Amino acid sequence: MTATQLYPGAPAIQTIDVRRVYKSRSGFTFGGQKAGKSVTALDGVSLTIQKGELFGLLGRNGAGKTTLIKILTTLLSPTSGEAYVDGLDVNKYVIPIRKKIAMVSGGEQSGYGILTVREQLWMFAQFYGVTSQAAHKKIDQLLEAVGLGDQANQKVYALSTGMRQRMNLCRALVSDPEILFLDEPTVGLDVEASRIVRDYVRSWMQEKPGRTVLLTTHYMFEADELCDRVAIINHGQIVAQGETDDLKKGLQEHARFQFELSEWAPAFEEELKQSRGVVSAQTMNKKGKVSVQIALENEEYITSAMQTISSAGGHVLTLRRIEPTLEEVFMRLVGNSDEDKAAGEDEV
Amino acid sequence: MDMMDISPNQHVEGSQWRETLRLGWRTLIGRAYPRIVSAAREPDWVFYEVALPVLQVIAFGFVYKSLGRPQYTGFVVLGGAMLAFWTNVLWSMAGQLHWERQTGNLELYLMAPSSMLWILAGMAFGGMVATLFRSIVILLIGSLIFGVTYQIVSAPLLILIFILTMVALYGLGSMLASLYLMYNREVWAIQEVVQDPVSLVTGFYFPVRALGGVIGGLASVIPLTLGLDGMRQMLFPQLGQSFLPPGIEIAILCGLALLFLVGASWSLKYIEKMAKIEGRLSLKWQ
Repeated sequence: MTATQLYPGAPAIQTIDVRRVYKSRSGFTFGGQKAGKSVTALDGVSLTIQKGELFGLLGRNGAGKTTLIKILTTLLSPTSGEAYVDGLDVNKYVIPIRKKIAMVSGGEQSGYGILTVREQLWMFAQFYGVTSQAAHKKIDQLLEAVGLGDQANQKVYALSTGMRQRMNLCRALVSDPEILFLDEPTVGLDVEASRIVRDYVRSWMQEKPGRTVLLTTHYMFEADELCDRVAIINHGQIVAQGETDDLKKGLQEHARFQFELSEWAPAFEEELKQSRGVVSAQTMNKKGKVSVQIALENEEYITSAMQTISSAGGHVLTLRRIEPTLEEVFMRLVGNSDEDKAAGEDEV
Repeated sequence: MDMMDISPNQHVEGSQWRETLRLGWRTLIGRAYPRIVSAAREPDWVFYEVALPVLQVIAFGFVYKSLGRPQYTGFVVLGGAMLAFWTNVLWSMAGQLHWERQTGNLELYLMAPSSMLWILAGMAFGGMVATLFRSIVILLIGSLIFGVTYQIVSAPLLILIFILTMVALYGLGSMLASLYLMYNREVWAIQEVVQDPVSLVTGFYFPVRALGGVIGGLASVIPLTLGLDGMRQMLFPQLGQSFLPPGIEIAILCGLALLFLVGASWSLKYIEKMAKIEGRLSLKWQ
């Protein structure tokens, strides 16, 4: 039985209580190495990502996202714990795993500027044993798909940042991986380039069942838009994971609504606060637009709240439910107490 | 062997072996490609890697002429041509993985299913092909200027010595590449300091025999020392000045080639292992 058949039906990615501690070097001499301080980048991370999932890993700089990706891409060993890619232990089955995976990092400057885009992609295809004929066919398809068809024969150094990152995405996909690691792939890209990258990642996954993506990003809307599930990592620990809607619901203790009213009346707020099921009410008068935000014990009390407004003489123009954003979930779980400190840290 | 004698496991092992070789060969060609095409796309090499070395060759050639030893200009021309390989090995092999790390290529190379040794072999092959062309140009120009005549003693031996020198030299470059990666700042500084003294004792512009047995012996660790001496014996037999007999030089070059190739393989495995344990190759602050 070959290594690739060891665990049929295994999750695409699985980590069990993974820890990673770095010992930084304070100095080196040919006579020996001085001991430096220890940094715990991952502290008991357990995750399971099924095949076909687009999974988001969210966290601040230094939270441990990149370290986890490096462990899963066989570039780093975990200090303790277990990590599997397609059922294969990252410490034991390095080559079989490498045949199945690819990675794109944000701001990547890989390759050689002197080569054309086509040559660059061909070169990386060779490292995965793709025949030249198959590589060129795939390169044509990929470049067309990401809107770089006209740049195939352009030198890499002449590409804009957005074009370069689209080329990097093609570089990762030219070997037809099963699992794709995207480490902040849209960082520094303009709106259009980001959109193209996101759209293509989604369509790439849909082309073939079982393709899996692990995405790290600082952009919450990106995670919200793309990911089936997300995990939030902080100080090397997973503090929450699940579907984005579930995480949002978990954050929301009360059903929150916003009314826009035709006119201002001070009595609304007081009357609402007395109304059954209303936890809080806040009236706002901004640039002539009167609105009321209320929090209810549960959404069933919305009818009685509207009746209260009507009986107080108010006329409701619009009504919308206020959903918490992923960013709010993130901030609630991660907080910002040491944000300034974290902002100065290197990504680990 | 009868096909019936081969067990299914042997079939699998055989096909895996062939697959590994195919992957390795493609990796080698893929990595060699940018080096070879860059020679055609960056014409400034004509100035830096041909015009400047030719000027140096001319300078040393005229020194010999003014000293009444014009027959030694052939030594200088050959030394100047071979110096191109030494420079290529130092700056484009030994230092290359360090630069690849800075650009992010190294991570992608390590992540590929092919062995890093094939990547290094591709770098070496591409560098050798591109440098061979430059070296030939230097040889032709120098030979024309000084009217050098060559008396080839044995073409097969000359080619054998050249090939062994290249294998050993680029093997050394591959081994240094890992060391540079591991101790980049320290080794970089050392290279800056020792580059010229090493070039001196290697005897690019004079017979290494002139340095005496001890220094010549120590300098023989650099494959170009014996390679140049052997090639000079094959091209200028009338001048003598050999350091060691060609047979011994070939044997030592074989040993050096083996030593450096094994050393390169071992040091690559070691650095990859250390990289995984310590995170040295994947973290910018390490």
